[in-house]
Amino acid sequence: MPDYTGDIDARPIGAPQSKAGAWLHRFANPGRFQRLVQPILPWLTMVAFVTTVVGLVWGFFYAPADWQQGIASRIMYVHIPAAWVAMNGYAALAICSLLSIVWRHPLADIAAKEIGPVGAGFTALCLISGSLWGRPEWGTYWVWDARLTSVLILLFLYLGHMALIRAFDNPQHGYRAAAILGLVGAVNLPIIVFSVYWWNTLHQGNSISVTGPSKIYVTMLYPLIICTVGFYLAFAAMCLGRISSGIMENRARALLLARAERGGA
Amino acid sequence: MSRFLALIRRELILALRHAGDSVASLLFFIIAASLFAFAVGPSPAVLSGIAPGVIWVIALLAALLPLNRLFAADYEDGGLDQLMVSGLPASAVAFGKIIGHWLTTGLPLLIIAGPVAIMLRLDASGVPQLLLTLLPGTILLSLVGGMSAAITLGARGGTVLLPLIALPLMIPALIFGAAGAVTPHPIAEFAMLLGLLALFLPLAPLAAGAALRAAVS
Repeated sequence: MPDYTGDIDARPIGAPQSKAGAWLHRFANPGRFQRLVQPILPWLTMVAFVTTVVGLVWGFFYAPADWQQGIASRIMYVHIPAAWVAMNGYAALAICSLLSIVWRHPLADIAAKEIGPVGAGFTALCLISGSLWGRPEWGTYWVWDARLTSVLILLFLYLGHMALIRAFDNPQHGYRAAAILGLVGAVNLPIIVFSVYWWNTLHQGNSISVTGPSKIYVTMLYPLIICTVGFYLAFAAMCLGRISSGIMENRARALLLARAERGGA
Repeated sequence: MSRFLALIRRELILALRHAGDSVASLLFFIIAASLFAFAVGPSPAVLSGIAPGVIWVIALLAALLPLNRLFAADYEDGGLDQLMVSGLPASAVAFGKIIGHWLTTGLPLLIIAGPVAIMLRLDASGVPQLLLTLLPGTILLSLVGGMSAAITLGARGGTVLLPLIALPLMIPALIFGAAGAVTPHPIAEFAMLLGLLALFLPLAPLAAGAALRAAVS
């Protein structure tokens, strides 16, 4: 098999086998991706920014504070959206891994590479905000609560994937290995979460509950929804921007290699 | 099948010729156990309380030690390419290697774990239960570890990468294994361990085989 490392544009797009294959291959062309994404990226970024700021300002300054938890409860406007994005980001990563394994979709490879750091960032944000909330509410920065522990392990999985996909001299090998890891992680993640819950109930009583009385008022729900939409848009904008620059990076590297091969300076 | 057995025999012969590698991970197991005694003090009450968990963690770490070389040695000298064209499916090659890892690391750990647990002041009556959890446990560690070794094969800095990949995936085995070693009637824990085994017995060789194919292509 010829080695198309570096320049994904040079890879032949095989004859589509099926309808799904044809649909997927339409979007396998990095050039088409660039033409599609470049015009909407600034708008997406702007909308994401405005939505997030509106949601956070509403949540932090205008929505009522929780009568039990006081001002600290406002951290949920960062914490909860970050947790959702972190989890669904891993789902996106797993889908990219599947596309990469089954169809060898070149865009999915780059997407998997670029979703990793963004997802890890949101996971870290979720952990840090949760820990800051825990200090006034639980009296400690960290408890081995089942949810906290699961999110911590999610962060480990992200970091492992991030490190792996960048650790190979041959990028194609890295994409394959990371896709296998992404799928294994997706199969394993529910088991890990289940085992952590099991371990948690086994070792300590339910003295602390994250859920608590979970009747949430509409005045708090609206800013939460807006924040969530903003976080998802921000996630999408960051990933698309990173994928776009990843494609350009690969292209630049391929051009440099080609020039070096011709013997030019 | 005869080729598969030949592969396992080859692994065992290689392990025997380089017996130092297997012995080193056993020594690590014993030394790490004694470090715990030095760190938390010789009090029998404290030691016996943490002994099953400590044994599980250091068994996990000791199983991790030889994984670096599990595929890498053959990858570097071209032996892996030979194995891949030997007519065996890639997953069978991976599975044979994993069995080799268990026979040369998991089984010796299982034998030495009892005396080490008693040194950590675990009550002798608790030892059989601990060993019973370690039996499926070490197989699981070999499966998950072998899979991680295949995935990180050929990576820069694979030595540090391998634990980063393998350890999070080993958490369920650790949770159910260590819990099964201390709870009075660990039926559910054993069922979960066997369930994990039923999942990883096909999954790990398949994933490892795919990773090996990616590594030699």
